[in-house]
Amino acid sequence: MNAPVVLNASKLARFYAVPRGAFKAPATVKALAEASFTLEAGKTLAVVGESGCGKSTLARLVTMIEEPSEGHLMIGDTDVVNADREALRKLRSEVQIVFQNPYGSLNPRQKIIDALAEPLIINRKEMSAADRKAAVLDMLKRVGLRPEHANRYPHMFSGGQRQRIAIARALMLKPKILVLDEPVSALDVSVQAQVLNLLVELQESLGLSYLFISHGLSVVRHMADEILVMYLGRVVERAPREKLFEQPLHPYTQALLSATPMADPERQRERIRLKGELPSPFNPPTGCAFHPRCPRAFDKCKVERPELRWHGETEVACWAVERDEALVATQAG
Amino acid sequence: MPLLEIDDLTVEFKTASGQFRAVDGVSLTVDRGEILAIVGESGSGKSVAMLAVMGLLPWTATVSAKTLAFDGRDLLTLSPRERRKVIGKDMAMIFQEPMSSLNPCFTVGYQIGESLKVHLGLSKSERRKRSIELLEAVGIPDPERRLSAFPHQLSGGMSQRVMIAIALACRPKLIIADEPTTALDVTIQAQILELLVSLQRETDTGLVLITHDMGVVAETAERVSVHYAGQKIEEQPVGPLFADPHHPYTAALLAALPERAKGKHLPSIPGVVPGQFDRPPACLFEPRCRFATDRCRTKVPPRQGAIAGFALCHYPLTHGRPIGHPNPEGREVAA
Repeated sequence: MNAPVVLNASKLARFYAVPRGAFKAPATVKALAEASFTLEAGKTLAVVGESGCGKSTLARLVTMIEEPSEGHLMIGDTDVVNADREALRKLRSEVQIVFQNPYGSLNPRQKIIDALAEPLIINRKEMSAADRKAAVLDMLKRVGLRPEHANRYPHMFSGGQRQRIAIARALMLKPKILVLDEPVSALDVSVQAQVLNLLVELQESLGLSYLFISHGLSVVRHMADEILVMYLGRVVERAPREKLFEQPLHPYTQALLSATPMADPERQRERIRLKGELPSPFNPPTGCAFHPRCPRAFDKCKVERPELRWHGETEVACWAVERDEALVATQAG
Repeated sequence: MPLLEIDDLTVEFKTASGQFRAVDGVSLTVDRGEILAIVGESGSGKSVAMLAVMGLLPWTATVSAKTLAFDGRDLLTLSPRERRKVIGKDMAMIFQEPMSSLNPCFTVGYQIGESLKVHLGLSKSERRKRSIELLEAVGIPDPERRLSAFPHQLSGGMSQRVMIAIALACRPKLIIADEPTTALDVTIQAQILELLVSLQRETDTGLVLITHDMGVVAETAERVSVHYAGQKIEEQPVGPLFADPHHPYTAALLAALPERAKGKHLPSIPGVVPGQFDRPPACLFEPRCRFATDRCRTKVPPRQGAIAGFALCHYPLTHGRPIGHPNPEGREVAA
């Protein structure tokens, strides 16, 4: 646990103002609130949650596409909120992103060699054209593509190959942090395995840190060192991988795990049924945002919001868990 | 007699560059009260085969089969007018994208009522009563109010429930669900799958579940048919399929799942599904198969018997070992 911290977020938040017509005050959506986490060099932090939980907003903040509304974000030793333009420009080449849909994230009118050279043209002005070409070809080889692919257009590639190209493009500036926003959820299983293997190899050879955003828990279990579970803009549980899968504490994490289909027909288990659907982020429930769907909710959950507290190696925000712990403590004492 | 009987179904599309065979000699049967899963990656022809059964393919498609019978009626010789009386009534389909498969211009109530009116000739008040019943059955709260809701007012999970209600409206004998939960979140996916299965049990309908998600297959299906590049390559009951896959493709597909992985490196399948122009002459999986020999390159593989899971393979696997193979360890296939 002594690797240098490359990313440190504290109480990170992002609000959006949504206009509600001419005669109403705009509403505020808290897409992300009070997210705190750290990412160490060479490690993978996974963010899981359903749609609308704020995981993509988190990706946009970390990649500096958007500025946080509150809180602090340290990348390396620089604070993004107070950094000047020059520092930000440098930081931007250290954090890169790979998007979910490789069909949408590549310009169809740009040859692969041009797509990969573009970051260099903009950020490494001193580089000669010959060096750029050599760097592109080298990177193509690294991600398992052949040199002759460089002069082709995106439509000539399959989904898996396109994702390799997107990964290659993200790596051109030799970033330290790679944000992977659902990198394999658009791919077929056999191709998904190829891309996951590539990501693991690249992490080992280049010492990259990954912020891995996904809703697929089996993929997360394979890739992550530490996992953040999010619900409606807030982190509800944060735990090392094995801990989260073997001993999930938050009722939402438990429900998520039990709802994920496993490729094992012999497995018998009790499904935790979640009632209802994700509430609207415009009008989140009072207290704990999960209480209307929570099987363990009691009175306190409806009025007071639980904060993240340490329970062993896990950080969890849940009144029921705290009540359990208090109960154990009184019995022991 | 099975409810749905498909024998040697082939679907070809006319494309600018010649005929493309999307479904290649597929045979299947589905009985009442049974859940058959069709699994395969994109391009395996699993959706096209079922669209052919429904008669929903565009005019560029040529459908041929030895038998294509539903509930004792031959779908191949049925006139379009007669066929329209069957589809949507006795045989219904649920599509992948609930948001885009509902018509945004009409209310939910109208869209459920449509098939009730056309197929069953119910009056307005009867339709309303039945629609409310249906929305209740699929677990939509406050169904009376929801009847006048438009699709954009519903979430993805709610829209899919409405799609299921429409499919169930005329009490079909067979439901074909094409990736019904792919677009949904996991907790909602669990709800929808549970709903589909419980409704299927209650009404004793046949259910064909088309999916690419092995997890969904393991938890829902009774019998599984695995498809690759338009062909059915294996069929087994769900338990034995996961315990002892007989076709090398099924085995490789299961091994590539992250949840079944032993180490950090996943045993992936090299290459991609063959397309229109790089179709291998004999076995379609041969270029990606670690057990492929010269025989696989030149001779079309035979259909094995029930013991070997009807695998379409020269050397079907038993507990991971190919039978009759000259080099049972296989080879390394370059990625």
